[in-house]
Amino acid sequence: MSAHTSNTMTITLHVWRQAGPNAPGKLEQYEAKNVSPDQSFLEMLDEVNEDLIKAGKDPIAFDHDCREGICGMCSSVINGVPHGGQVRTTACQLHMRTFKDGDAIYIEPWRAKAFPIIKDLIVDRNALERIMQAGGYTSCHTGGVPDGNAILIPKPEADYAMDAAECIGCGACVAACPNGSAMLYTSAKVAQLSVLPQGKAEAAERVCAMVDAMQENGFGNCSNHYECQAACPKGISVKFIAKLNREYQKALFK
Amino acid sequence: MRIFNSTVGRKLLMSISGQLLIIFVLIHLAGNSTIYFGWINAYAEHLHSMPPVVWVFRAIMLAIVGTHICYGVMLTLENKAANPTNYAVKRQLKASFASENMIWTGLLLAAFIVYHLLQFTVKVTPDVAWTANQAVVDVFKMVVTSFSNAAIVVVYALAMIMLFLHLSHGIPSFLQTMGWNNDKTIPVYGTAGKVISAFLMLAYISIPATILVGLLKL
Ligand code: FES
Repeated sequence: MSAHTSNTMTITLHVWRQAGPNAPGKLEQYEAKNVSPDQSFLEMLDEVNEDLIKAGKDPIAFDHDCREGICGMCSSVINGVPHGGQVRTTACQLHMRTFKDGDAIYIEPWRAKAFPIIKDLIVDRNALERIMQAGGYTSCHTGGVPDGNAILIPKPEADYAMDAAECIGCGACVAACPNGSAMLYTSAKVAQLSVLPQGKAEAAERVCAMVDAMQENGFGNCSNHYECQAACPKGISVKFIAKLNREYQKALFK
Repeated sequence: MRIFNSTVGRKLLMSISGQLLIIFVLIHLAGNSTIYFGWINAYAEHLHSMPPVVWVFRAIMLAIVGTHICYGVMLTLENKAANPTNYAVKRQLKASFASENMIWTGLLLAAFIVYHLLQFTVKVTPDVAWTANQAVVDVFKMVVTSFSNAAIVVVYALAMIMLFLHLSHGIPSFLQTMGWNNDKTIPVYGTAGKVISAFLMLAYISIPATILVGLLKL
């Protein structure tokens, strides 16, 4: 990135370093030099890591995969907001142009009891998978390829399910929640499957099982702060939590 | 049973008990307002002329308040445990002072209710000691004498600020927990919660305030 000389920035990073799950961690300071405004946040970290490796030091461990905002792997609390302060943006899609020369950036891992730290900025998010697994199956026919329009789904319902399906399961909602609750995540999954014909049959069992799994995996209780929706890189609405609450009430009488 | 153990079930209990308490707050306000029309003694007499009803009502209220406090404390402790480590830097996006301090505004309200009952129901606080040797207590006189004391009025005003904070999050919250919410209603409920709580706060404070400034006197 040395090609950019005119408007490169120097940024001070305060990064959470923790050698392992039970090791004590602390914030360490690094200088990111020659940062291009066109770089993504993760590319900036990559360069810091290259310098660390050259200096024979342990690079900063952080999660990432697609780097195009669709997989949900990237996960850092940047200056006190999961994925950073830009709305509806994952950390990998955050660009350094949103910062200024001389800025200080605090980078911390997701913090919640259900998300134990593995190393530095990487946390174990399997608890979310366990909630998903508890949701079980959806009934469908096996055999030949079904006809495209064999099951009619009204457009509003399809849209509603798609809005919920936007959840990439990154866990920013848990990281943002003062109660460490996974209610937004769980509700997006419950809502998506409960409005579609393929998921309706098991809706009652599913909502109970997923809510129980959320509780068993150490997530807190939702108290409607709505911090989750504000932090969600996909803008998943808390209306899905209301939907989960409705589904749960229906299930109580089944 | 699910409703008593699960995270969503217990929230439902919080929501329903909270709604019943809000209904009580409304009825109590209507009852108190009779002071402006000079009917408060008649109202008090009418209530106390049917002791069984009063006692059944008190038992129900105790059960509702008990449920609300027990689950409130339990859920809050679990929530603290689920989020044990603080961020070095945390920027609040949507949570409010009211939503973050429900447990404290709630517990302060509970303490106030105890004081309020000791004062005007059990009648043992110093300001109402004079009522001890009365065959029939003049409620209007009792209320007016007590609220002529500025310190007591300040306590009431602070308690009503707690009520405002508690309900400004509590009202939108109970609607959400009941599932009566969607994208259109979310902001409406947020505003309605603040407006209704502000109204209740001001309406309740108006009684001691009117007495203190001398607009309502013996
Ligand atoms: S790395 Fe895939 S969403 Fe950020």
